[in-house]
Amino acid sequence: MSKPLTESEVRHIAMLGRLQLSDDEIAAMTEELSAIVGYVDQLSEVDVEGVEPTAHAVNVQNVFRDDVVRDSIGPDKALANAPQRENSFFRVPKVLDQDTV
Amino acid sequence: MPTASEISNSVREGNATAVDHVKTALVAIAGRNDELGAFVNVCEDHALAQAERIDALSADEKQRLPLAGVPIALKDNICTDFAPTTCSSKILKSFNPPYSAHVTEKLIDAGAVVVGKTNLDEFAMGSSTENSATCITRNPWDRERVPGGSSGGSAVAVAADMTPIALGSDTGGSIRQPASLTGVVGLKPTYGRVSRYGLIAFGSSLDQIGPFAKTAEDAALLLGVIAGPDTRDSTCVSTDVADYVGSLNESIAGKKIGIPREYFAEGLSDETRKHVDAAIETLRGLGAETVDVKLPLTKYGIACYYLIATAEASSNLARYDGVHYGHRSEKAGDIVEMYSASREEGFGAEVKRRIMLGTYALSSGYYDAYYLRAMKVRTLLRRDLEKAFEKVDVICSPVTPSTAFKIGEKTSDPLAMYLADVYTITANLAGIPAMSVPCGFDSVGLPIGLQLMGPAFSEATLLNVAHQYQLNTEHHQRMPS
Repeated sequence: MSKPLTESEVRHIAMLGRLQLSDDEIAAMTEELSAIVGYVDQLSEVDVEGVEPTAHAVNVQNVFRDDVVRDSIGPDKALANAPQRENSFFRVPKVLDQDTV
Repeated sequence: MPTASEISNSVREGNATAVDHVKTALVAIAGRNDELGAFVNVCEDHALAQAERIDALSADEKQRLPLAGVPIALKDNICTDFAPTTCSSKILKSFNPPYSAHVTEKLIDAGAVVVGKTNLDEFAMGSSTENSATCITRNPWDRERVPGGSSGGSAVAVAADMTPIALGSDTGGSIRQPASLTGVVGLKPTYGRVSRYGLIAFGSSLDQIGPFAKTAEDAALLLGVIAGPDTRDSTCVSTDVADYVGSLNESIAGKKIGIPREYFAEGLSDETRKHVDAAIETLRGLGAETVDVKLPLTKYGIACYYLIATAEASSNLARYDGVHYGHRSEKAGDIVEMYSASREEGFGAEVKRRIMLGTYALSSGYYDAYYLRAMKVRTLLRRDLEKAFEKVDVICSPVTPSTAFKIGEKTSDPLAMYLADVYTITANLAGIPAMSVPCGFDSVGLPIGLQLMGPAFSEATLLNVAHQYQLNTEHHQRMPS
C-alpha cells in the first residue's frame, strides 16, 4: 500500500506537468490524487510475472507510405491560430536569460 | 423525426430536398437547445449551403450518396475546417482547425450535412458532460439529470430528435455510457476501424470515433461511411469494411451469447439487472444460446484504465503550451512561466487532475509500479476476452451500474465518477467493438442500455444482434416528453 502523497510531491508533479497550480488547488489535488493512487494500488495484487505489456490493442508496426511530395498547409494557415506571430514566425517570450547567453 | 435511412432515401428518390431536412433539424435545435445544451455551436450557414449543393446534384449523383441530405451532429473534439473546434475547453475556445477530420471529410463526401458541434466533458474527460467549460447538457428524460459523457451533447442531439445521427468518441465508454443514459444506440468500433485523423487526442491507444443513432440500422449506415483505412492515421487498419447494413437481417438463431457473471455482481442496481436479464431472454427467444463466461480481472479494469488513459493524456495535452494555438496567458514572463500560466488558466479541474495523475504514473520511480504494470494487466484483460470469444460470438452485459444520476451528484468525488465506468472500460483496453442498445426504462422512466461486445472487427455481428433485438422490442421508439 502506498503512502498518501505529500503537498511537496504534488508541487513537483505540477512542475513536471507545467501547471501553475494555486495553493488551494495543490491542497485539493493532494487529497484527490492520494485517494486515486490508493485505489489504483490494487493492481499490485495481480500476478504479472512474465507478462508482456500491451501498448496498443492492434499490433500494427512500421506502416510505410510512398515518399512523394504532397501539399502542406502553408505558413498563413499554420499561423492563423497563433496567439502571437511576427512575420512567418510564432512569437514567444525569451527562452534564455541575458546572463546565460 | 425520420431515420437517417429514410431521410437519405427521400432525397435520393427526389421526394424531399436536403434543404427541407436540414431546416427541420435547425428548427428542432433552435427550439430545444437552450434548454438541453446539446450543441455548443450551430453551423447554420454552412449546413444550408451544403444542403443546397446536394440539392443541385443530378439524380445520378445523388444515388451515390449513402447519407444524402442527412443532418448530423459532431462532437466538438472532431475537427471541422468550417467551424471552431473547442473540446469544450477554455484553452481551445477560439481554435479554428486548419483541416477537417477524416470522418468529417467522409461524411461530406457521403452527402451528410454537419449542422453543429456538440458539448462534451472538456477534452472528453468525464462521464457526465459536467466538465464542460461551455455549458451544462441536460438529459431529455429528466432535465435535472446528466446525459452521461463524455459525448453527452451528441447523445442528447439524437435522443431529443434534433438530428437523426451524430458522432462521438469513446476512450473508456464515452459513446456507450451516454447512449445508455439517454436511450439511444451508440457504438464504439474496433480500435483501428475508424481513422482518428482530426480527432483531438486524449488517450491515443484507446480513442475511437463512433456513431449515435436511434436504430442499429442507422448506426450501421453511418459506420459504413466512416470506417476504412486512412494513410494519415497509421493505426487505422486496411481490413475490409463489412457490409454492416447488408447483414442486419440475418437470423441470430444459434449465435452464442456470453454472460460474464463479474458484470452482474455487487454494485449493479436491481432495476438495471432486471431489464438486462429480460433483454438477454429476448435474444434467447430469437434462438441465441447463452453461455457463462469468466472475466475474473474485470474489477482491475478501472485502475488499469485510469493509469493508461491519464498517462497518454498527460503526454497528448503537453501540446497546449500557448505557443502555436489556443490560450496564452497574459502573465507570461519567461517561457516556462508562459507554458505553466497558460495551462493553469486554460484547463479545467478534471483535465488538470488527469494530467497530474498521468504525469505521476510516468514519472521517474513510479513508471514501473504504475504505468508499466497497468500495461501488463491490460495484456491479461485482453487475453481473458480472447479466451471468452473462443466460446461465444457476443458478450452481453449492462452498460452502466445504474441509470442517469442527478446533475452535481458526483462532481465532488472524482473517484466515484470513475468507478461507474467499470463495464465499458475493458472494451477500450482490449480494442474490441462494443455497443449500447436501449433495453428498457427504470421505475421513474429513465433509459437503460444493454451492452454487446464482440471480438475485433465483429461490428457487423453486434449490429445484426442489435437490429434483430430492436425489431422485436419498442424501447427505442419511446420519446422523452
